[in-house]
Amino acid sequence: MRAAITMLALAAFASVPLWLRDPYLLNALITTGIFIIAAMSLNLLLGFTGQLSLGHIAFFGIGAYVSALTSLGFDIGLPGGFRLVHEPWPPIAGLALAILVAGLCGYFVGLLSFRVRGAYFVIVTISFAEVVRLVALNWVELTQGPLALTNIPSIAIGLPSLGELTLRTKLQNYYLLLAVAVVAYLLIARLVHSHFGRAMRGLMENETLAVSVGIDVTKTLTLAAVISAAIAGAAGSLYAHYIRIIDPEVFAFINTVTMVIMVISGGKGSLAGPVVGGLIFGLLPVVLRPIMAPEAQWIAYGGVLIVILFVLPRGIVPSLAQRFARRKRQAATVAPVAFSERAKEPA
Amino acid sequence: MTSRAIALDVEQVAVRFGGLVALSDMNFTVGEGEIVSLIGPNGAGKTTAFNVVTGFLDPAHGKVSYRGTTLNGLKPHQIADLGLIRTFQRTSVFPNDTVYDNLLIGLHRQGRVGLFEAILGLPRGRASERRLRERAAELVEWVGLERRAHDPAGSLSYGEQRLVGVALALAAEPSMLLLDEPVSGMNASETHTFVELIRNIRDRGVTILLVEHDMPMVMSVSDRIVVLNYGRIIAEGPPDEIRNDPDVIEAYLGQGAARA
Repeated sequence: MRAAITMLALAAFASVPLWLRDPYLLNALITTGIFIIAAMSLNLLLGFTGQLSLGHIAFFGIGAYVSALTSLGFDIGLPGGFRLVHEPWPPIAGLALAILVAGLCGYFVGLLSFRVRGAYFVIVTISFAEVVRLVALNWVELTQGPLALTNIPSIAIGLPSLGELTLRTKLQNYYLLLAVAVVAYLLIARLVHSHFGRAMRGLMENETLAVSVGIDVTKTLTLAAVISAAIAGAAGSLYAHYIRIIDPEVFAFINTVTMVIMVISGGKGSLAGPVVGGLIFGLLPVVLRPIMAPEAQWIAYGGVLIVILFVLPRGIVPSLAQRFARRKRQAATVAPVAFSERAKEPA
Repeated sequence: MTSRAIALDVEQVAVRFGGLVALSDMNFTVGEGEIVSLIGPNGAGKTTAFNVVTGFLDPAHGKVSYRGTTLNGLKPHQIADLGLIRTFQRTSVFPNDTVYDNLLIGLHRQGRVGLFEAILGLPRGRASERRLRERAAELVEWVGLERRAHDPAGSLSYGEQRLVGVALALAAEPSMLLLDEPVSGMNASETHTFVELIRNIRDRGVTILLVEHDMPMVMSVSDRIVVLNYGRIIAEGPPDEIRNDPDVIEAYLGQGAARA
């Protein structure tokens, strides 16, 4: 049942460019999709470990800058008169490095803050994002500061000798995005259904009990932070190579808030939650643009969020799933399913 | 009991909370395969002793060792890795997960596979997952909760939650099990079933340390009893000896009763 819905949704997403020809809408869908990947990564932390990363945009932005600089090259002065010169590499190497560097940052932030957790993790992540933003703004030699990094090359796939495909059109970028999103979704799904995911859930529900059955808190949470940050980094890299210009504004707090809203409205702790929430809040501006001034749109977002959480307090996907399950149970009370059969179902 | 190899060795352990002495100079041992009960009036330091042994509290003084490994300074999950598993007085389950999923979480120590095996769904990861599911189903059956297997653990009755708590502890494959007031809140017949369960666990070679208030239960199940009062041990021995010990009677019933 659930697999059928997932496959249907995937088929629908894959078919979009076949009937949607409007470049403006396709562009909105691509940027929304990039943010959905970032929201999925945030959901891994917020929904499955209960840790709120309010600086999650830092990992996204680091991915964007690392990828852009890898593919643009740079030439900076170091203390002592040395110069560090980097010749441009293919953008695909930038994507790989973005994942690696963002994951590494996730590791250090996790290691620093998970000894104390909760509010401290929130504070450490906010501060981290702000520090990274200030570095991007002020290290002009490397990042061009407020002048922005421009002319970032588009991603090319394939090998130079065997024929290379540079993804310049919106259509190509849409499918690249879809592929990365599917990989990220599968990765998170596999992870949360493995014993790593169960350790995360155990820690979130009852930490004392979880450690007493041998679950290592720091290790489990740090692992979640690394994978979450790495996925956010991948999303940032896609963003840089699609928009082809980035400035320190990418680190703005409002971007993290947008991700949090996507996750909360769709349903934290549900795999499909960020996708549903992301589509709503990513495409809402498109719908509202013809009828509302930008200032009024913000108020409308707030209104939509309040309505969603009022009607479906656990978020759209978990609340609907719960209602559906209840109805099914009521229908099936006459014929209870044998335990041995149910046990074989994958979680 | 002296012929048994020593499993748990608590030596001169002291715990202070600020100026309050919760435990002073506590010494006792538990032999392999033995059932030992720790009893005493409320506030005597029983749960504190448990917390020290399982790494949730650091003692101010003294040493705890299990099968020759010193436990001081180890984190709770590291102590669990040595096979020393405990249950809790109150919070004994993961309330939002089903009973079955609770046990899967409890099987953490058995399910360790590499990250890539889990994410890529490699055969070894899948085989391990299948084994865990079978084992979880066995454990559900063993504590007799098949009918509740797919209900959230938080929706179960108090007595049933205690059973889930024990099954969770067993899922971690303990070589020694520490039970913190397991039958509190159970009725007589539930307690009786539980005693059978404890004996059954011991017969599988698991050493048991028990903290309990239910005296008939303690007397019937224990090989040996350690009595705490005001943070110190006032008596130690087999149930028959403890039952007639004047110090113990005094601690429980007051001075007049001991003389009478």
